[in-house]
Amino acid sequence: MATATAPPQSQDQSQTELHRQMLRQMLLIRRFEEKAAEAYALGKIGGFCHLYIGQEAVAVGSLTVLRDDDYVICSYREHGQALVRGIPANAVMAELFGKATGCSRGKGGSMHLFDVDKRFMGGHAIVGGHLPLAAGIGFAIRYRGGDQICLCYFGEAAVNIGAFHEALNMSSVWKLPVIFLCENNRYGMGTAFERVAAITDVAEHACSYDMQAETVNGMDVLAVYEATQRAVQRARKGGHPTLLEVRTYRFMGHSMSDPLHGVYRTKEEVEEQKKRDPITQLAHKLKDDGVLGQEGLDAIDAEVHAEVDAAVRFADESPDPAPDELYTHVLAD
Amino acid sequence: MPTLTYRDALNQALREEMQRDPNVFLMGEEVGVYQGAYKVSRGLLEEFGPRRVVDTPIAELGFAGIGIGAAMAGLRPVIEFMTWNFALLALDQIVNSAAKMLYMSGGQIPMPIVFRGPNGAALQLSSQHSQAWEAWLAHIPGLKVVAPATPADAKGLLKSAIRDNNPVIVLEGEILYNTKGEVPEGEYMVSIGKADLKREGRDVTLICHSKTVTITLKAADALQEQGVAADVLDLRSLRPLDEAAILASVAKTNRAVVVEEGWPRCGVGAQVVDVIQRDAFDQLDAPVLRITQADTPMPYNKQLERAAKPSPEKIVAAARRVLYLE
Ligand SMILES: Cc1ncc(C[n+]2csc(CCOP(=O)(O)OP(=O)(O)O)c2C)c(N)n1
Ligand SMILES: [Mg+2]
Repeated sequence: MATATAPPQSQDQSQTELHRQMLRQMLLIRRFEEKAAEAYALGKIGGFCHLYIGQEAVAVGSLTVLRDDDYVICSYREHGQALVRGIPANAVMAELFGKATGCSRGKGGSMHLFDVDKRFMGGHAIVGGHLPLAAGIGFAIRYRGGDQICLCYFGEAAVNIGAFHEALNMSSVWKLPVIFLCENNRYGMGTAFERVAAITDVAEHACSYDMQAETVNGMDVLAVYEATQRAVQRARKGGHPTLLEVRTYRFMGHSMSDPLHGVYRTKEEVEEQKKRDPITQLAHKLKDDGVLGQEGLDAIDAEVHAEVDAAVRFADESPDPAPDELYTHVLAD
Repeated sequence: MPTLTYRDALNQALREEMQRDPNVFLMGEEVGVYQGAYKVSRGLLEEFGPRRVVDTPIAELGFAGIGIGAAMAGLRPVIEFMTWNFALLALDQIVNSAAKMLYMSGGQIPMPIVFRGPNGAALQLSSQHSQAWEAWLAHIPGLKVVAPATPADAKGLLKSAIRDNNPVIVLEGEILYNTKGEVPEGEYMVSIGKADLKREGRDVTLICHSKTVTITLKAADALQEQGVAADVLDLRSLRPLDEAAILASVAKTNRAVVVEEGWPRCGVGAQVVDVIQRDAFDQLDAPVLRITQADTPMPYNKQLERAAKPSPEKIVAAARRVLYLE
């Protein structure tokens, strides 16, 4: 897992290393998701599978700020967060394949990735349903007097659900150390946000709950990183929650069973957005800064390619859960 | 043994468990300053402070979910619903988050949480405030569901529920809070999943739980006067269900009536009848009958309400039918 603590080198060196690391993680997610799409087409992954392509800067920029003992909780579009948080690509891919070696033993699948050791408290698939859970984790942190925080990701469509409002209100009233990070990718499935939301600037909702908020360019990994730093600081110090609206865009269909654009958005719009590709942007910056040339970039890409290929092999070769796993973990002892 | 009300027995269980384990806390509407809508939490705010006795806004889904999140991070929340009628708003959290967390995390996240509050009809509270939800909740794998009928069982089952590492639903009888009974002091636990024979007889088995235990015992008294001795089996726990106790009683009496406050379709009684027909088919001397609430919303009018609810008279009539005395 990446940490924000820089090694004792010059400011420039550690910055460069941080940026390189972020680029690597975004590329890892991109290549991982491309492979997942292939595996889905081959029938190796079933059910709903929501890819993160286009949104990589959000998970990478924000999770880079966290400490190992902080908590993370996500919606069903969480492959990227799981990888950045340090769940091995093998275990994530194996979970997508439904294998016994998956991070949820093959019983959760793409939408329910868990790793308690990494304090990765799951992907949750009822829109908005995990926002109160995030507040509850924040409640437990405050109950124990700890200085951890809970970072909670959700899509903009969750803003229209009661759970969002209940969770924000109680988090603010009780000063819970939670960051509500809204990944505003403009669409909930095939519904543009402005067709269903009276207030389309998600950050504005924070006023209703006397909460700090920021609107962030989610295609700029460094902007996400910096905004998250500010939010984390508020949460750690005084337990003040923050609503971060991170404006991003998904380049793929809502899930693997959906078309890329279809009737709800045009091909041109998708193409236009792809010009803001967060990976290309950071790669350009590193090139301009003279810290990473094409050769270096290719080397990183080859590295993550190999990691992802290995993950697919691992998932392929892993066993299915034993038949009696059907009946385990219904109840604890 | 001291005599306590059902309400005070629950209060004692909460107090003892909060004293024993600093991770146990109580959260819900009006549980603190107001001392509880039904005064179950009386005195707890004074003893444990607002950190552990937490008044919430009217946001059932939200605070149920906050409890579940706190349990994910290792606390042991007791979530009070003012009544289970309002808990429908939290059903998403109970079913989709609490009941499945351990399973979908592949065994990584246990869910030691209690959801409790009054269930079932009181008097003339009409359609939206007079509902018995046990069949809905007992349907869900990953939950345990208990429904104590006596003060002693209320204390023992709530203590067991708080110590359980699974989500436990405690359905308190709204009309039972003032009832009195002997309650053992201190460490008194009732295991979840064990029925209790509240009265012994060899002629017919009357199966019931929660408030219907009271009216079934009245029915058993009336039957006694007619020369019929009834086994009155209080299920206490609806999930898990004590199938062995049901079958043992039916093996003795060869006849059964199942009583519940809920509606007839897909009710608790339907489940009990399924157990009996499958595993005691050859021992039955008569079809099993059920007494439930009428298959209608609860009316306000007193006479209509009485007609809608299970009653000793209805149970006596059903018992006589399975004994072919009618
Ligand atoms: C309560 C609920 N209603 C409907 C759905 C079906 N559904 C799944 S994802 C989705 C769209 C959510 O969009 P958004 O929150 O913006 O997240 P995104 O998919 O864009 O990441 C819908 C309607 C659901 N899972 N939960
Ligand atoms: Mg969206």
